[in-house]
Amino acid sequence: MLAQQFQGPSVDWWSLSPLLVLLGGGMVILLGGALTGRLWPKGLYAAAAATTAGAAAVLCFFLWDDVIDEGAQRLVGDALVLDGFGLFVTVVVCVAVILASLLTDDYLRRESLDGPEVYGLYLMAAIGGVVMAVAHDLLVLFIGLEALSIALYVLAASHRRRIESQESGLKYFVLGGFSSAFFLYGIALVYGATGSTNLGRIATFLDDSVAVGNNDALLLAGVALLLVGLGFKVAAVPFHTWAPDVYQGAPTPVTGFMASAAKAAAFAAVLRVIVIGLEARQDDWRPVVWALAVLTLLVGSVMAVVQTDVKRMLAFSSVSHAGFILVGVEAAGRGGDPTAADPGISGVLVYLIAYAVLVLGTFGVISVVSRKGDGATDLTAFQGLARQRPALALALTLFLLAQAGVPLTSGFIAKFGVISAAVDVHSYALALVAMLAAVIAAFLYLRVIVSMYLTDAEPGSPAAEPVRVPMSTGVAIGLSATFTLVVGFVPGWLLDLARDAAQRTLG
Amino acid sequence: MHSSFPILTALIVTPAAGALLVALLPKGRPELVKLAGLLTSLAVAAMSVWLLASFETGEAGYQFTSQHPWIEQWGISWNLGVDGISLFLVVLTGLIFPIAVLGSDPHHDEKPYLAWLLLLQAGVMGSFLSLDLFLFFVFFEIVLVPMYFLIGGWGYDQRIYAATKFFLFTMAGSAFMLVGILATVFIHRANTGVTTFDVVELTQTADFATSTGRWLFLSFAVAFAVKVPVFPLHTWLPDAHTQAPTAGSVILAGVLLKLGTYGLIRFGVELFPEAAVWSRPVLLTLGVVGIVYGAVVATMQTDLKRLVAYSSVAHLGFIVLGTFAITSQSLSGGVLQMVNHGVSTGGLFLMVGMISERRHTREIAALKGLQKVAPVFAAAFTVIMLSSIGLPGLNGFVGEFLILIGAFLTARWWTVVAAVGVILAALYLLWAYQRVFHGEPDEENRSFPELTWREGLVLLPVIAAIGFCGVYPKPMLDRIEPSVDRVVALVEERTDFESPRPVAAEHGDTSGDESHGDSEGEG
Repeated sequence: MLAQQFQGPSVDWWSLSPLLVLLGGGMVILLGGALTGRLWPKGLYAAAAATTAGAAAVLCFFLWDDVIDEGAQRLVGDALVLDGFGLFVTVVVCVAVILASLLTDDYLRRESLDGPEVYGLYLMAAIGGVVMAVAHDLLVLFIGLEALSIALYVLAASHRRRIESQESGLKYFVLGGFSSAFFLYGIALVYGATGSTNLGRIATFLDDSVAVGNNDALLLAGVALLLVGLGFKVAAVPFHTWAPDVYQGAPTPVTGFMASAAKAAAFAAVLRVIVIGLEARQDDWRPVVWALAVLTLLVGSVMAVVQTDVKRMLAFSSVSHAGFILVGVEAAGRGGDPTAADPGISGVLVYLIAYAVLVLGTFGVISVVSRKGDGATDLTAFQGLARQRPALALALTLFLLAQAGVPLTSGFIAKFGVISAAVDVHSYALALVAMLAAVIAAFLYLRVIVSMYLTDAEPGSPAAEPVRVPMSTGVAIGLSATFTLVVGFVPGWLLDLARDAAQRTLG
Repeated sequence: MHSSFPILTALIVTPAAGALLVALLPKGRPELVKLAGLLTSLAVAAMSVWLLASFETGEAGYQFTSQHPWIEQWGISWNLGVDGISLFLVVLTGLIFPIAVLGSDPHHDEKPYLAWLLLLQAGVMGSFLSLDLFLFFVFFEIVLVPMYFLIGGWGYDQRIYAATKFFLFTMAGSAFMLVGILATVFIHRANTGVTTFDVVELTQTADFATSTGRWLFLSFAVAFAVKVPVFPLHTWLPDAHTQAPTAGSVILAGVLLKLGTYGLIRFGVELFPEAAVWSRPVLLTLGVVGIVYGAVVATMQTDLKRLVAYSSVAHLGFIVLGTFAITSQSLSGGVLQMVNHGVSTGGLFLMVGMISERRHTREIAALKGLQKVAPVFAAAFTVIMLSSIGLPGLNGFVGEFLILIGAFLTARWWTVVAAVGVILAALYLLWAYQRVFHGEPDEENRSFPELTWREGLVLLPVIAAIGFCGVYPKPMLDRIEPSVDRVVALVEERTDFESPRPVAAEHGDTSGDESHGDSEGEG
């Protein structure tokens, strides 16, 4: 009986090529590094990781053309999708890997840490992030989430001689394990309510069953648990408590990677699951997202202001940025015309790429200012930086002002995008809360600027020690700064890309 | 008049390019840096004078317009234009920067100082010239950054507190405005199907429901009220002024505050006429409270610079009164007074800066008898001070008088109270003058140096402007009035507000016609 023979889904290998390249590169670095020992010159690991991510990003551009021509496609038996949205987030993750690798190279030398594992883990985390972005099935999404998370747990603890780094990794692991459990239980409940884990089939089921709606409790509980799991990953209040400790303790380049790649992937998942998959139930989840956004914005900004450690400040500021992105999420999925680009989704996409680059640039500067030992991240460590390293101080000023949303930077374009999406759907209150939260947060960025420009280092304090800017880090910071300004002055191309991506999202 | 040279773009790009040039020059060559900064600001001044000369008098609409798409996805363009309302503010911006550069000394780090100053000029120019809401917002916000660094980097003891307060206050106001701008554009799109940030187009085709328009107006008004500043949002101003370096204070008073009053006319009254008329009682009251409050608090000050700062609050109250009285005269007077206040208060800050430079104190109690040792200095101070008081024959009088006679027709009782402010201004300034300049100089003040040639040269254009505008304001009013009338006509067309008009639209210098108070309609 032929029918009993297992028929695997057809696999379009070309469409999966970015994932495969990341996987191959990660394997080569891990295995090659382990087998050949110290034969490799150190810089080569970073170069290999950056090249791999770069190649994956380039492949995305080829695939982009296919998507533009042929529209979104389902891959591997509808487990994954190839669409504009997924490709855009893939590129964001790849950019994060490239910049983080450039930052990490010198960091490892300075801290006398060796090992290609870090780069291998970056790529593994990237695979997880990309899978989250292109998953069309909750279980596949969960696999991506775990791949990303487990790689990040190890990365956070990767500074073997710093106790804070160990603590950071452990905290992240324990709390992250909790949130994964929530997420998994949420999947189970949604499966129970809808009979499928496939996002497409869930959406179809919900569309058909609007009138019946007798499984509401099960479904709503499931959605709530999914939100908890994803809210943890994006560090939305009240699921943000891990962020400051983990951000502070993790090696600085890893912190940058976490704030960019992990956040982008997690928000991609939020949009996939909540906005696209559960569109039929938007009246149920939207108020929750609204409340999460307000809480995240306000708590993030206010808590950021009272910190004295710059990495902790930026952890809370990253929470506040998550709130901004949630404003875009709240505004998404309400467009009447399904063929038009959703301003909420494209706003979130622009925010993700702009913030990923900004935050990596910021942590790049912090990484060199933290000096040997990676400990000098207190506000006082930045005193007099403008005298000692004017270009570095100027770059950090640019990143901080951009994060505050000052015009002519990518940060303003990003904020403008999500705020205009919110105003477009008459979420005036939320838009206003977000803007006022940005004002509160601006105070914290100003504090760092004051420290750099307006106060001088006391002789003998850590701030008086010279700051070394190695080339690869300099390149990463320069690239980030250039991107920040270019998008600030000429944002049209990026907006077009985000709009096309949002337009070709599998709904 | 429409030459092919994009003069308005050049007015913004030149200082920005100058800032970049200054930033790129080597640090070890301060004289080169100073020269580049000065030449750039002089070039901008020359261009702004050229703009004034080629401005078509009697034309109500925008001139020298230039429009290029910028972010087409959002309907945003590089859209510039100048009319009678913004013309003199642009010229003032062009002229006051070289004065500020020459008239004060940063003492350290000339390079970033000049770079920030020039960047500030580009931002202020851009704000006055933008006819696109997005572009306006960009410039309005970008102005904060150089000003923040100027106050924070070159100010006095409490500079960091003052700079941060300035930044956060203004940014909080802008937060409302950004949401307001977006709502305006989207609601306009819902009504007309056109997505545009073009102020001219929005003004012409805007048709907001009454309550919508009022909310939108409020969101704009908050941002501008912080900037003006309107009582009770003024608390950042005395700190910023007192702590800022001299050039910072001059520019802050001279042009930066005008962004608020200018915005109230352009994006308040003109864009939302119904809401502007509706909000008149509140804004008129706040303006008048500002006049009296500013004057009373100024009287009590012991710090000369803080005194001038509070006098600003009072003067700007007059402009708010003129704006929301919405008569041709009061608005013209308001626009004129923006320029006058820039000249006279800018001049006062310059001279207070010179005093502080010489004596290293601004305490009124520590100064005494300066007139004896520095008569020329005292004379120059007298002229500028009298202009600020509003002495007939000097520029301050023309503006204030026009505001008062204009406002008397539509806002009688507010005007009556405001007139008290004129007297109070004489009180606090003359009293301060008496304490600082009269009497016998004591030991510390006996060696007070006389005005130098360079300082005299810097003050000369200020005093010339004070005299010219005081005696013969007609050329200015001729250019301001058509645009102001356009705004008043728009308000009358869109609302049932009636603005009384003088029978003869002739303006002698100071011969206001009081006989036209025939209709005191309160809207």
